[in-house]
Amino acid sequence: MTPQEIYDNLKAKFGDAILEAKLDALQPWIRIAPERAKDIALFLRDEQPFQFDYMMCLSGIDYNDGNLGVVYHLFSMVHKHKIVLRANTSKENPRVQSVSSVWGTANWHEREAFDMFGIIFDGHPDLRRILCPDDYPGYPLRKDFKVPEFYNGMKVPY
Amino acid sequence: MGLLDQKFDSSNILITSLDNLLNWARLSSLWQMQFGLACCAIEMMAASASNFDIMRFGVIPRATPRQTDVMIVSGTVTLKMASRIKRLYDQMAEPRYVISMGSCSNCGGPYWEHGYHVLKGVDRVIPVDVYVPGCPPRPEALLEGIMKLQEKVRKESLAKKTA
Repeated sequence: MTPQEIYDNLKAKFGDAILEAKLDALQPWIRIAPERAKDIALFLRDEQPFQFDYMMCLSGIDYNDGNLGVVYHLFSMVHKHKIVLRANTSKENPRVQSVSSVWGTANWHEREAFDMFGIIFDGHPDLRRILCPDDYPGYPLRKDFKVPEFYNGMKVPY
Repeated sequence: MGLLDQKFDSSNILITSLDNLLNWARLSSLWQMQFGLACCAIEMMAASASNFDIMRFGVIPRATPRQTDVMIVSGTVTLKMASRIKRLYDQMAEPRYVISMGSCSNCGGPYWEHGYHVLKGVDRVIPVDVYVPGCPPRPEALLEGIMKLQEKVRKESLAKKTA
């Protein structure tokens, strides 16, 4: 299935939740509404023409303009086609619907995105930090993050 | 001055100073703590394996801090790991020694500027006796570090505390 067909199908099914798309890119992407991420993901995984049974990667992004983003790279083992989904959210209230109930892989990926960017995934079963210590101050991959002078009495900067 | 060169000829008595005897015993059996943190640990394992055979220096890996004399900090010390390393060091019985292996545990290594999660040198939490440079150091470099530590132990004295 071509990216254009995937886009047309999604647009027909979800309408307003499909915000924009760039289908002639090296990795064609479709921007979706963050609060509908799980519904769209479930549709893409289960419907016969798509069968995106494999989530290759889930990444977080800080666009440095007040927006955070989540990018989903999807692949279908059955049809051998790919698509990229993007969901943007604001830095003040960064909430995205969790897709961990759709692809088990997303569980740890979403925890990492939460750990590094502070994106809150609604419906995640266990949204804790995965790499940084539990009491680490702030979200280190945000562009406005400042390395703390001290952490638990240990000097951090060189 | 070797340990055995002052023995009486026709008996099984030998005379030495207590300092000499203790130092000889300690430097000949520097048991190491069996743990590794990052890629330096691979080189440490290579040093333990038959090609380099660190055991000929009396370095035996022990899986508990209670039985170890030397801690080889082999790899990146993250802030999360630093408190664990401090605790392990505190659990070791004295006399205890620390070898900092590789750039990361010496000074932060490649993470010195942007490593928000990396402790810039393990000497910020525990005292270090020998620093082994390299990224990662070759097994020979670690052996050199062990020998440097042995030299240090050989000069110790009960009467006056050396660093």
